[in-house]
Amino acid sequence: MAAAFPFDPVRFFGGRFGGHGGRLGIAFREAGPDWVELELPYREDLIGDAASGVLASGPILTMMDMATSAGVWTRLGVFVAHATLDLRVDYLRPATPGKTVIGRGECYRITRAIAFVRGQAHDGDPDDPLAHVAGTFMAPEGYR
Amino acid sequence: MLPPYAAMLDLSVEEGGDGAPILVMPFADAVIGRPGFLHGGAISGLMEVAAIVALHRALEAEGAKGHGARIKPINVTVDFMRGGRDKPTRAKSIVTRLGTRVANVETIAWQDDPARPIAAARMNYLIARD
Repeated sequence: MAAAFPFDPVRFFGGRFGGHGGRLGIAFREAGPDWVELELPYREDLIGDAASGVLASGPILTMMDMATSAGVWTRLGVFVAHATLDLRVDYLRPATPGKTVIGRGECYRITRAIAFVRGQAHDGDPDDPLAHVAGTFMAPEGYR
Repeated sequence: MLPPYAAMLDLSVEEGGDGAPILVMPFADAVIGRPGFLHGGAISGLMEVAAIVALHRALEAEGAKGHGARIKPINVTVDFMRGGRDKPTRAKSIVTRLGTRVANVETIAWQDDPARPIAAARMNYLIARD
């Protein structure tokens, strides 16, 4: 494994960050031993269907990619370079226009090279999810 | 015609030689993930917009039957094959099947050579017809 840095999600996501996640306005909420929760505030420039005002699916996928990726690092406790191998998103219902979308990504299994993740997104009530995701990440130099 | 999200990604439409639309996304700070590489979410967003454009065209080609139809995403599965570098990315979709209620769409994204995709997506859409 390459040189590992301790992973602290508060520091990693703290303050403002750049790139695609920053442009979308994605921000950190909280983290547990194997999960990270992020939020995507509603913004008019992220609308995917002008007639309904519903957010595009892309920003939700981006947030869940980031949350599940960070979920792997929280489970490991260290930062390891990895890349998304695949991600599936089921769009259970449209996000409610005007509401912040909250996404929690969890890592439930890590092998030598592959991390398995899952997650859900909602817009206020965790019992009424709007998206469910499942995916894998791969560490070219191994997770352990 | 493209939604605000497509403008945020700075997408434009090129006409492919075979009549299929190609969506182009420039490399920019707004679509970067780890330093020097595209964010997988931005690549996925590009492919989802490409799928929607292709699906709208397929519905238009149906004439009266497709008129006024609305589409809702059911799910998407994305495979990431290569890192996206500092160059434009293109995406092209095939509507594999357009049924009465469901459409299946396949999309690839590439940079230099369509035969070397950086990502591929499979998407299912619900079709709501008037």
